[in-house]
Amino acid sequence: MAGGQERVLRARIKSVQSIRKITRAMELIAATRVVKAQERAAAARPYSDEITSVIIDLLRAGAAKEHALLRDNPDADTAAFVIITSDRGMCGAYNSNVIRLAERSIAAAEAQGLKHSLIVIGKKAQKHFRFQGLAIEAAFDSITDQPSYDDARDVAASVRRRFETGELAHVDLAYTRFLSAGVQQAVVRRFLPLEVPAVSETTGPSADLEYEPSPTGILNEILPRYLESRLFSALLDASASEHASRQRAMKAATDNADDLTVTLSRVLNRARQDAITTEIMEIVGGAEALSADKGSEHELLPSLLTPEHAFPEHLDRLDRSAGIH
Amino acid sequence: MPLVVEVVSPERTLFSGEADMVRARTVGGGDIAFLPGHAPFIGALATWTVEITLTNGSRELAAVHGGFVEVSNDHVKILSDLAELASQIDTERARRAQERAQAAVQRGDEAEAEGALARANARLAATGLTVGLH
Repeated sequence: MAGGQERVLRARIKSVQSIRKITRAMELIAATRVVKAQERAAAARPYSDEITSVIIDLLRAGAAKEHALLRDNPDADTAAFVIITSDRGMCGAYNSNVIRLAERSIAAAEAQGLKHSLIVIGKKAQKHFRFQGLAIEAAFDSITDQPSYDDARDVAASVRRRFETGELAHVDLAYTRFLSAGVQQAVVRRFLPLEVPAVSETTGPSADLEYEPSPTGILNEILPRYLESRLFSALLDASASEHASRQRAMKAATDNADDLTVTLSRVLNRARQDAITTEIMEIVGGAEALSADKGSEHELLPSLLTPEHAFPEHLDRLDRSAGIH
Repeated sequence: MPLVVEVVSPERTLFSGEADMVRARTVGGGDIAFLPGHAPFIGALATWTVEITLTNGSRELAAVHGGFVEVSNDHVKILSDLAELASQIDTERARRAQERAQAAVQRGDEAEAEGALARANARLAATGLTVGLH
């Protein structure tokens, strides 16, 4: 029945609108989080820039490049992957992009005859790889929303130890780079062995630098920090990308809710109009049926309802003075 | 020409300004002071304080827990993954941490407690309190 359809449509419009309220709120929250995450990434840049320039100076000064973090481990049969995803969904293809790319790298490593070892950050990757039945070496969560340096240190420590003992051939890092608020890109980067920045021998009179202790001693101290700092900036990038993706996904959801409300309102109005038309048709049809029965075809409905028509056998008892109304 | 000093932690730049002198302690255990015109220098820092004498004569103290100092062209950059300015240190908390760590060292808990003790001592030293070893 037409009335039932109307009720269903009204309920749907209401639920679409309350979903819209939620997606709109999430969009606004994500927008402020993107800005904050970008600020954090900008604040973290001086440290990583400085640490890189110190390493370049040390290498120019002839520090030995024999640190365990710089070495290849050709005998190792395992490749490790650090995969950074989010804890929560509602962020479009953000997680699936990273995971798909990581899976491709894992397959490539397997093709080379290497075993894989997964270090996953964020509940989404954890769920995905557990569902796929892959062994997870270490899992971290609740850090990608607002990563702190301590988190980066914990994660870095977990891969560093195993790399230094020669257990891992190399470590790759899969995360989402934040290029701009509109563009984020899932990437896989070599994390270990560390690729030290290329040193051009021609520039800089660095030979007269003083060191306390030796260049090699400082390099050995600074490389682990460099590792942590690289992971930290990857985490910050991933966090900014996550919030940007969520903002975009929620904006699309809000726009869709608006479109849906318009479409459903049109359907509702048509249904209501149809119901009214049907009702009128029923009344007119009913009246015509009555007039065909009781009176001439020119008579309209109200004239059928006068007392003379209703009680023709008691005409003598009726008060004629009231007249026909 | 004064020194340009920056104290940088991984999460942000803690301090940036001009100074007449910077004193720090390297892993060897000796203090080293930098004045304008110092030769280029890179050093690993011990867990201790860094003292910055500003151009207006006032002093800024910071506790650093390891890290590096780089000096070149009158730029002093102090990089530390744990650095705190004296004004941000909670003295009471540091004091309690110091006591806990001392107790742990006496019980014979090795490296970790000693590290915690060194950090607590550095914090307290940065706030200008004497570090009494009971």
